[in-house]
Amino acid sequence: MSAPHIRTPLGRVRGLGSARSGTGHFWHQRLTAVSNVPLVIAFVLILVSLLGRSHAAVVQILGSPLVAIVMLLFIASITYHMRLGMQMIIEDYVHDEKWKIAAVIANTFFAIAVASAAVYALLKLSFGV
Amino acid sequence: MAETRVPLQRPLSPHLSIYKPMLTMMMSIVHRITGVSLYAGIMLLVWWLLAAASGPNAYSRVQWFMGTLVGRLVLFGYTWVLIHHMLGGIRHLIWDTGHGFGAVEREWLARANLAGSILLTIILWVVGYAVMGGAQ
Repeated sequence: MSAPHIRTPLGRVRGLGSARSGTGHFWHQRLTAVSNVPLVIAFVLILVSLLGRSHAAVVQILGSPLVAIVMLLFIASITYHMRLGMQMIIEDYVHDEKWKIAAVIANTFFAIAVASAAVYALLKLSFGV
Repeated sequence: MAETRVPLQRPLSPHLSIYKPMLTMMMSIVHRITGVSLYAGIMLLVWWLLAAASGPNAYSRVQWFMGTLVGRLVLFGYTWVLIHHMLGGIRHLIWDTGHGFGAVEREWLARANLAGSILLTIILWVVGYAVMGGAQ
């Protein structure tokens, strides 16, 4: 990114591997693993506090600012983490290039669809309509 | 072009079947399996959130399912899987710092991971039922 005119094309991809992303996958996996820990604990506590409550009470709690923000962060963190994890599994076990690419794309679409559905639900709980 | 070339018979690295099953190895496999389970299990979480956002009728269906024996077993399994994968992840983060690779430490970490996940799951469910009180 920095000084693009000085670095040669070879210099820019050197050390970034065949996927041209270097250790990005590994690093994001660890980054979301770290963020997952407090967010999963918070989610479990929220879940336990909602056990057996009426729909109205659940809507009120999930729609309160702090709970909603924590839940949104939780969803973002876990869906990104699970996408990275599943991609690693696909790359380990699916050796046919076409199927591998198809599976990696499907994995990304699934993660985005799941995240969108959860975010939509949480925003609806917060803003009503 | 490359299709005509006959692949060389190079030696392969040893596969899983060649090793004696060990706790650390089983825990590594379980970490991956629990990850896949959570990948599928997120559908349950999305169902719960969408139902809450949809209204009392949809939410009562989720509550009904979670109240059945099958629902309870799924939830119990889900919580154990989630906690186990989280503790396993913490184990990996410890390894990332370069610690815990010794014969004693890695065995201890594996045992702590397994025992911790079972213990925390049971505690969570005891607390969960206490929170619910006589609701069910």
